Amino acid sequence: MNTSPFFIKPTPLQVVMFKVALALVPAIAVYTYSFGIGVLVQITLATIAALVTEAFCLKLRNYPIKPFVTDGSAIVTAWLMALSFPPLAPWWMIVVAAVLSIALAKHMYGGLGQNTFNPAMVGFAIMIVSFPAQMSRWAAPFGVLPQSLDWSAQLSWIFTGHLPAGLAFDAIASATPLDTVKTQLMQHASMSHIFQSPLFGSIGGIGTEWITAAYLLGGLYLLWQKLIPWQIPVTFLAVLGGVAGIFHLVDPAHYTSPLFHWFSGAAMLGAFFIVTDPVTGPTTPLGRVIFAALIGLLTYLIRVFGGYPDGVAFAVLIMNLAAPFIDQYTQPAVFGRKGQQKKAGAQS
Amino acid sequence: MNARAALAATFFPFHGGVHPPEHKDESSGSPIVAGPIPATLVVPLHQSIGNMAKALVNVGDVVLKGQMIAAADGTVSAAVHAPTSGRIVAISPQRVPHPSGLLEYCITLESDGADRWIERTRFDWRNADGRAIRDYLRDMGVVGLGGAVFPSHLKIGGAKDGLDTLVINAAECEPFITCDDRLMRERASQIVEGIKILQQLLQAREVLIGVEDNKPEAVDAMRAAIAGCEFKIDVVVVPTLYPSGGAKQLIKLLTNKEVPSGVRSTDLGVQCFNVATVYTIYRAIEHGEPVISRVVTLTGNVERPGNVDALIGTPIADLLAFAGNKADSDSYIYGGPMMGFEIPGTDVGLSKAGNCIIAKSSGLFPPKPAEMPCIRCGKCADACPAELQPMDLYWFGKSKNFGKAQERNLFDCIECGACAYVCPSNIQLVDYFRFSKSEIWAAEKSKKAADQARERHEFRQFREEREKREKAERLAAKAAQKHEAAASSADPADAERAAKIKAAMERAAAKKAEAAAQAGESAAPADATAAPVTEAVAAPVAEAAPVSQLDPEKAERIRAAMEKRAAEKAEQEAMSPEEKAAREAEKKAKIEAAMAAAAAKKAAKAAEAAKAQGDQADGSGA
Repeated sequence: MNTSPFFIKPTPLQVVMFKVALALVPAIAVYTYSFGIGVLVQITLATIAALVTEAFCLKLRNYPIKPFVTDGSAIVTAWLMALSFPPLAPWWMIVVAAVLSIALAKHMYGGLGQNTFNPAMVGFAIMIVSFPAQMSRWAAPFGVLPQSLDWSAQLSWIFTGHLPAGLAFDAIASATPLDTVKTQLMQHASMSHIFQSPLFGSIGGIGTEWITAAYLLGGLYLLWQKLIPWQIPVTFLAVLGGVAGIFHLVDPAHYTSPLFHWFSGAAMLGAFFIVTDPVTGPTTPLGRVIFAALIGLLTYLIRVFGGYPDGVAFAVLIMNLAAPFIDQYTQPAVFGRKGQQKKAGAQS
Repeated sequence: MNARAALAATFFPFHGGVHPPEHKDESSGSPIVAGPIPATLVVPLHQSIGNMAKALVNVGDVVLKGQMIAAADGTVSAAVHAPTSGRIVAISPQRVPHPSGLLEYCITLESDGADRWIERTRFDWRNADGRAIRDYLRDMGVVGLGGAVFPSHLKIGGAKDGLDTLVINAAECEPFITCDDRLMRERASQIVEGIKILQQLLQAREVLIGVEDNKPEAVDAMRAAIAGCEFKIDVVVVPTLYPSGGAKQLIKLLTNKEVPSGVRSTDLGVQCFNVATVYTIYRAIEHGEPVISRVVTLTGNVERPGNVDALIGTPIADLLAFAGNKADSDSYIYGGPMMGFEIPGTDVGLSKAGNCIIAKSSGLFPPKPAEMPCIRCGKCADACPAELQPMDLYWFGKSKNFGKAQERNLFDCIECGACAYVCPSNIQLVDYFRFSKSEIWAAEKSKKAADQARERHEFRQFREEREKREKAERLAAKAAQKHEAAASSADPADAERAAKIKAAMERAAAKKAEAAAQAGESAAPADATAAPVTEAVAAPVAEAAPVSQLDPEKAERIRAAMEKRAAEKAEQEAMSPEEKAAREAEKKAKIEAAMAAAAAKKAAKAAEAAKAQGDQADGSGA
């Protein structure tokens, strides 16, 4: 039967997902400009693998395939995961990651809206835990090293593992800025010495600082479109920057500035696109703040004191676990019951 | 813009709300016109939130316009009046404007076309006490015309030291509806007269009229009409945001007071009346007119959208014909598009709750897309004016975790539909909440029924025990008498035997009582069943005797009846479905035949009476 309301606002899920994907486009463009065609290859591979897996899982579960495959959620997952992969990772890695994220992290939990963990981060985390060496082999951005791979060489490397004669991957590889800082500090290099490396730009890594700026731009678009709550990115960045700031102020020789933390690694991507995943986070206003703040804190701790160069993925996954708990204890008072709850709180 | 900025300080926004397309222009430009007087009117008897009114007329009665045809039944009820003059042709269950499509009693009135009024007199409310005023309004059938049809007389009186704020709800926030807008534009002075009456009756210290800012003409008309009022009265323009016309939302907007669910606004010093209700209060008190018509917006897929002052009971089909219903209308919404419902058919008669009828077409209301999974985006929570977390309530409802839903204040949901309106996954959230609520109500009802059944069962057990015991006592008494007789014959052996028998019987009775107490332990505390037994044993036998003579008979009868029922049931269960259906049909036919016979008898009687009356009249005429 047809029941009220008879009106609905035409903002389908597909449009929401489409807008999120659109918000990623500037960063993809800058990323491709700095690192080459490998980025686009990873995105394409991830998208195809994710969609095929999605369709296969839907078929297994006797769900209608068309409306769900076209809802855009698998594409967003695939893109977010591809953007956190090294652009020159071998083709099978991103494919495996995409299959696992869709099949394991999404459909095994009941499909869209039911997953406990952020699927993109699950795919990424599985691969970095399983293949740490391959996953940290990043090519240096264009312009840092004298030699760079052209597009055909990149394709050949991703798909066949062959490089043009006389070239070893090590010659074009470089650690990420976050990684560099960490390893160099362990070798007792001074901070000013580390930042003299051509890998660093004015605030973050060369190239990567522009990519993160593009994520920020996309994030502002999402905020403008009211697709994400402003509390999450603001809190996450504030806590990450705040903790970094405290350490930096106390000991600038060993701890980098908040700006460096904001514009390196997955900070901006995480702030606007990953921590804001509504499915795996709390929904209450206060819960969102707590969630984002703890991810910010964990990210810093893992980055600086942990075993991995970047901490966003693990911080997000850890906090995904806590989201239902946070929701449970941060229920806001409903209309007309604000005083009552306060009273009840005072009594207890 | 300046005016809006200046007004910004005078209202207090509520959380959430949505702004659907207004669709008010279609009908807001046309002045209120008198509706048609249909050939027959179907007046529902249940036109208040409380009990159904009791019919005062019989089939065949001739009534005048405004004559009370059904009286209020109990406190929470209101009278129903003949909308026009004519003859009562039926009092029967008919379809009413309700989403269920269930039948409810209606009075069918055949209009004579003359539209003759009863004698109307002004009510001298200034010299009447509170009770008289309340009774008067109840008998005039005054109920909330905003759609909730809460009897208005219940809102008058109560607060001893007066009311802080009297809120007049003129927000009219639902799309499409313009009846209140037109009423204010055209009859502002009468509304203000009604407000003056209410202000006096309620001893209100201030009056605030809340109007959405999409009705500037109504605001101007009301402002002009309130000029020179001797008490504090203000027209507060609030932003156009659904559901600002919800009583609680409007009270919050105007007074910054939040009325929790289950609390009466009067307790917070506020009372809220719909603007159209105020108008009918004025008409009832100053002109002696009961509520027999209301302004209804006819809009949507019709040729001439507009506002009609329609008689209560006018079949919706007549109203649609009046507005020029288009051929491709597929169904009709009663009320607004956000909270209204589809009527089961156009034969239903307009009720006092009917503020709007929207003819639906697929062009105007495209079919809703399929539901997608909830991604917990929280848009619904942002839109919820009750500040609930609809995505969680949806989850609890879907997983039938109703206790949790109740814990999270499911019953604070006002079913405004704002959440479903914004949901990007097109989830019909309100339906899930309605489902959860009805499941909880059903569970509570069945729990109550189970409690009652258990009590009945326990009582029956107790009664049976008592009967058995009393029988034993009677026998013992008889034996004792015999024994006494024997004793008087002075046979010591006999006496001894009799004493032994008596002792044995007493032992047996005690044992039985103990066993009964043990058996009854699970249902009731042991001493509860045991206590009366011992007590009764101690009681004089003679006193118990007269009761016990009747009871076994009765118990026997009950047992027989129960056995018969059981046999019947068994028989019925043994029957095939066809047989069952046949039997049912037979039963039905029997009932129908009996009813028809009764009706025929009644009709014959009525005809006879009418004939006699007619003869008399003829006689006096001649």
